[in-house]
Amino acid sequence: MSVDVKIELEGGDMIAYLNGEIDHHGAAKIRNDIDLRIEGAHPELLILDFTNVSFMDSSGIGLIMGRYKLMKDIGGVLKITNPSPQIKKVMKLAGIDRLASIQRLKQKRRSDYFDKK
Amino acid sequence: MIKNEMKLQIPSRSSNESFARIAVASFFAQLDPTVDEISDIKTAVSEAVTNSIVHGYMNEIGDIFIHAKILDDDRIYIRIRDKGCGIDDIKQAMEPMFTTCKSGERSGLGFTVMQSFMDNLKVRSRKGKGTTVILTKTLKKRI
Repeated sequence: MSVDVKIELEGGDMIAYLNGEIDHHGAAKIRNDIDLRIEGAHPELLILDFTNVSFMDSSGIGLIMGRYKLMKDIGGVLKITNPSPQIKKVMKLAGIDRLASIQRLKQKRRSDYFDKK
Repeated sequence: MIKNEMKLQIPSRSSNESFARIAVASFFAQLDPTVDEISDIKTAVSEAVTNSIVHGYMNEIGDIFIHAKILDDDRIYIRIRDKGCGIDDIKQAMEPMFTTCKSGERSGLGFTVMQSFMDNLKVRSRKGKGTTVILTKTLKKRI
C-alpha cells in the first residue's frame, strides 16, 4: 500500500489530504507533489490532513519537518489535522507538536479546516 | 524456549518496506496483540528495514534477513540483519536527530522510534560487514 495526496486551495490556504501509508518509499512522491503546489501558490497556511493515513514512521517526520521549513521560508504557517494515536505518538517523539499545532477535527468539511486557523 | 518462528529474506527495495512490516505484524497476530502493540511493532520494523535500505545498502540492492520469534510469556523477538556497509559509530547513530543522509529529508529518529516503541533494542555493526538490529517486547496479558 502506498500513499497519495489530494491538494485543495482556497484563498491563501492549502489543504493536503494525505491518503495511505507514509514510509520512506511513499514520502518522496508526495513531497514533490506538495512542494510543487506550495511553490506555485505560496499559501499563507498549509494543512497536512492525516484523516486517511493508516501508518507513518519517522520518514513522515522528515516530510513534515521539510514542509514546516518551506512554509517558514515563505512566511507561512503549518498545521496538522487528525493524526491517529500511533501517528501522533511518532509526531510527539519528534517534537512536531512544538512546531505546528495538531488539531482533531470531527467533521471533514472544507469550512472546518479553513475556519479554524 | 522458542514457541514459533518465521524467517524472511527480501531485497532492499523500498517497495518492500510495507511488505516487511505487515508480514512481521501478521506473524505476531497469533498472540492476539492490541492495536497499539501491532502499531508499535510495525513502526519499529519499518524503521529498521528502512535503515538497511537507505544506509546499509546505500548505492546497491542487497538482502535483508528478518527473523521473528515468539518466546515464552508472550515475549517477541525480531532480528533484522543486512550485509551492507555497517555503521561507523553506533553511539552517534543512535543519538536523536543524527543522520548521515544529507539529502532526502531523513529525520535521524529511526533508532529513537525503535527504542521508544519496543522494550529493548540492540544494535551490532561491523564496518563493511553489515548491521544487525534486535528488537524485543513483551506483549501485555489480555484480561
